[in-house]
Amino acid sequence: MADQVLDAKGLNCPLPILRARKALGAMNSGATLEILATDPGSVKDFEAFCRTTGNELLSSVNDNGVFRFVIRRAG
Amino acid sequence: MANEESGNAKRMSIIVTKGTLDWAYPPFILATTAAAMGLEVTMFFTFYGLSLLKKKLDLGISTLGNPAMEMPMMGMHMKMPNIVSMLPGVDSLATGMMKSMIAKKGVASIEELRMAAIESDVKMIACQMTMDLFEYKPEDMIEGPVLGGAATYIETATKSEINLYI
Repeated sequence: MADQVLDAKGLNCPLPILRARKALGAMNSGATLEILATDPGSVKDFEAFCRTTGNELLSSVNDNGVFRFVIRRAG
Repeated sequence: MANEESGNAKRMSIIVTKGTLDWAYPPFILATTAAAMGLEVTMFFTFYGLSLLKKKLDLGISTLGNPAMEMPMMGMHMKMPNIVSMLPGVDSLATGMMKSMIAKKGVASIEELRMAAIESDVKMIACQMTMDLFEYKPEDMIEGPVLGGAATYIETATKSEINLYI
């Protein structure tokens, strides 16, 4: 269970990333954020976002068209 | 996150030269996303791009000279030949269609992206020469952007890993 959940369903690029960044910025390092999105482009985008920012992508799952990402905030 | 706090952030600059609704998207999408990924971003607004810094945005698109433009319609795509663009009302019709698609598909408005850029500390430079050329008044523009010229931009560009012209 993630510490916080962000519902980004129905939002298109780049809004899921922007909302996730905002949510992570307000969290403590080590805390986890679960993001729900319907934008298929968000799969590759969250991978790239995490590689670049150092936040850790713990999981990325396609749940019947809803993409669920869990990210751990970097230190 | 770690990057920007340690002062080793990579930098990106964008020269924004176009002020139509469609062309306003790429610079604001890239600027806000890069800022979210920890880059220091500078946008230099010049010529028609400067109108994107006006307090009140009234953006439209033109079908003229845009032969690759295809609007989805009833499961098909409608091309916009230049001869159609000459008809009065076609551009405002196309603008209305675009705005309705933007809202329906969960795409951010330009106002929303511009606010996100300001909130994420994207630096904005308004071209002084364009202000003079097109007779824009400082009071018509949003607060925040600094006035500057080509040299101000070049100084930023020399320190940036990514420099884009849009």
